[in-house]
Amino acid sequence: MIWCVRLVLVVLALLGANPLHAVQVDEILPNPVLEARAREISHELRCMVCQNQSIDDSEAPLARDLRLLVRERLKAGDSDNQVLDYMVARYGEFVLLKPRLSWHTAILWGAPLAILLAGLFAIGFSVLRRPAGSPLAEAGALSEAERQKLSAIARSPSEQQFTARET
Amino acid sequence: MIPELGHYALVLALALALIQSWSPAMGARKGDLALMKLADSTALAQFAFVAVAFAALTYCYVTSDFSVANVYENSHSQMPLIYKFTSVWGNHEGSMLLWVLILALFGALVAWFGVNLPATLKANVLAVQSWVASAFYLFILLTSNPFRRLAELPAEGRDLNPILQDFGLAVHPPMLYLGYVGFSMAFSFAVAALIEGHIDAAWARWVRPWTLLAWICLTLGIAMGSYWAYYELGWGGWWFWDPVENASLMPWLAGTALLHSAVVMEKRNSLKVWTILLAILTFSLSLIGTFLVRSGVLTSVHTFSNDPARGLFILVILMVFIGGSLALFAWRAPRLKQGGLFAPISRESALVFNNLFLATACATVFVGTLYPLLLEALTGDKISVGPPFFNLTFGPLFVPLLVAVPFGPLLAWKRGDLYGVAQRLLAACAVAMLGLATTFAFEGTKAVLAPFGIGLAFFVMAGAITDMVERIDLRSLSIETIGRRAAGLPRSAWGTTVAHFALGVTLLGIVCGTTWSSERIVALKPTQTVSLSGYDLSFDGMVTKEGSNYRETAAHFTVRTGGTVIGVMEPSKRVFPSRDGMSTTEAALLTRGVSQLYLSLGDSNADGSIALRLYYKPFVLLIWLGAVVMALGGALSLSDRRLRIGAPRPAARVLPQPAE
Repeated sequence: MIWCVRLVLVVLALLGANPLHAVQVDEILPNPVLEARAREISHELRCMVCQNQSIDDSEAPLARDLRLLVRERLKAGDSDNQVLDYMVARYGEFVLLKPRLSWHTAILWGAPLAILLAGLFAIGFSVLRRPAGSPLAEAGALSEAERQKLSAIARSPSEQQFTARET
Repeated sequence: MIPELGHYALVLALALALIQSWSPAMGARKGDLALMKLADSTALAQFAFVAVAFAALTYCYVTSDFSVANVYENSHSQMPLIYKFTSVWGNHEGSMLLWVLILALFGALVAWFGVNLPATLKANVLAVQSWVASAFYLFILLTSNPFRRLAELPAEGRDLNPILQDFGLAVHPPMLYLGYVGFSMAFSFAVAALIEGHIDAAWARWVRPWTLLAWICLTLGIAMGSYWAYYELGWGGWWFWDPVENASLMPWLAGTALLHSAVVMEKRNSLKVWTILLAILTFSLSLIGTFLVRSGVLTSVHTFSNDPARGLFILVILMVFIGGSLALFAWRAPRLKQGGLFAPISRESALVFNNLFLATACATVFVGTLYPLLLEALTGDKISVGPPFFNLTFGPLFVPLLVAVPFGPLLAWKRGDLYGVAQRLLAACAVAMLGLATTFAFEGTKAVLAPFGIGLAFFVMAGAITDMVERIDLRSLSIETIGRRAAGLPRSAWGTTVAHFALGVTLLGIVCGTTWSSERIVALKPTQTVSLSGYDLSFDGMVTKEGSNYRETAAHFTVRTGGTVIGVMEPSKRVFPSRDGMSTTEAALLTRGVSQLYLSLGDSNADGSIALRLYYKPFVLLIWLGAVVMALGGALSLSDRRLRIGAPRPAARVLPQPAE
């Protein structure tokens, strides 16, 4: 049922008698380079009346307005960043699906690295805390008896000797 | 009569759960075997009573008893029979009932099969299970009673949400819940171990099969949900980084980490504290996955319920269980003795590496999902965290993990030889380079990341089978020897190989699907043709059909490639009069090998043309196929002899054991 949110949103969007579609034929720009850029930008903009949907996926009328707006700005010669700036100026940071780095998103963007480093630190710490004279120091070398036993095993044709290296 | 019976059975189940919450834990403290044994009977009886309640609700649905509010709101007399069954859990109350049914089932399984568990451990596990169960019986009975009657009998039901009238509903929620609830076993075992204050390798051996089972179900559940969204939503995406999807991904990531750390614990008696913590976190994330989503905190729009009273109840449950278990952990974990030591280069270290990255990836998803809520609550600033954020952070975290996957199983326990392993992986590297070079030769610099993605996928796949190729001595050329050796290897080793290989398969599907997917958006009139990636689709006209509880308008297409007809596609729209004319789009899929043509219908225009979205998705099926094979690997591992036999009794462990 986890998927229902999206499904319901679609249903809500479809409630009108004439269901709309995401990017529609009449929206597409004749210039394929510009259109590709428009699609790229659309993926990064949020449809604000939907739950976590980009305007590229959304069927809401508002998303269509935004898509047309993006294309207008591109036709007017804006760069990708200028279009995004324009959108943020009009609708606020909320419109961006990829939040910009700023003081209030620093924790968000820093989290993955910070958590990774904290994990590494914790592992390092637990290694350091190990008792001194760890048995690993001697584990490397085999005694003569062990060596002989090992080569006897290695020579044995028996299939039973297969070591089970399970996971 | 039947609904009241179900309601009554649920109340009895609660009473039993309350007894079971107390008696075995008390018995374990006092060493009273009779009190402990009581839990076996109550666990089995609890399951029986919840099953009666569930059967009662199912009966109401199948017989279309609209005097029950729940049935009235989510069913229709004309609905096909299969949806009458599945709509039992296609709503908030029923899905809660399914949740406790599965919980009770797991409790009963422990009572029934846990013969070789130490008495106190079993008693404590069943008690912890019952604490969780009691909370949810109370939740259902107090806030979400599925058996509530209506004062007046309506003539007809309001029908199930049309979008849920799909086979996906029959598979996806039960699988997901088996996964979520299955992790409660690991949780109960972890809390029981903390209460007892000691934990050993045998503990891990008991916990592993349950975790594995839950993980298999969750993997399948997520895969099914993803495929369902892919074909039902009509825009060809298969993962949206939606908060609700993330809620199911987080327990999966934590559960995957748990599976791997439990191996270290079982084999080397190491990583105890961490494994316990992971077990607690995994189930906590499952609880969050099931309930935070539904409480209305995470998303403001949700299918089933957004009743503030329920939300509050759920938050209290979450706080009690998550906070309580973590507090218990902080208090008791320092008592657990750390076990076997290992060198920085060893199988254990490789698994620690796996855990580090999986846990970080999980935490990233967690932060990304909840950060906007937190920020808004603290500062009032509204931000969105969507797919571009997750792709940018989650992706890079998974790359080192995927690179390490082939190394892990090849490294020896305690002290490994990284250089030696790298040498053994030379062949896999060559395969990877070949894939990378071929992609690069065809694509050039058009898609920069794709060659590396393909190379990595090949490396994971080839690396996964490297060990097996060596161990069954594929070069001996004697089929008999190969067969004998393959059969002689432990199933869990095969499970690892298969699951790791499948990971590469999924990655391949993701890379190909995202890089080479092509799309056409057109408006077409009858007799016109649209072409994409070498396929020509000619629009033959519209067809109208009458379904059992809907009207369907379908567009009929003939698909040709190079002039030969290879099939027909009928994307359609369904309108449900019983749901005030709600409509669904049914995309048409044409499978070619593991690639798919995907056609979805838009609105019709005034000039008689119809809007269409056509995709060609090369190798897209590998994404889900990989997930299914991954689950199969889990199943293979689950069928391993040592898990079937169970953990050795404590007495047996005193005897000298042959070297492994």
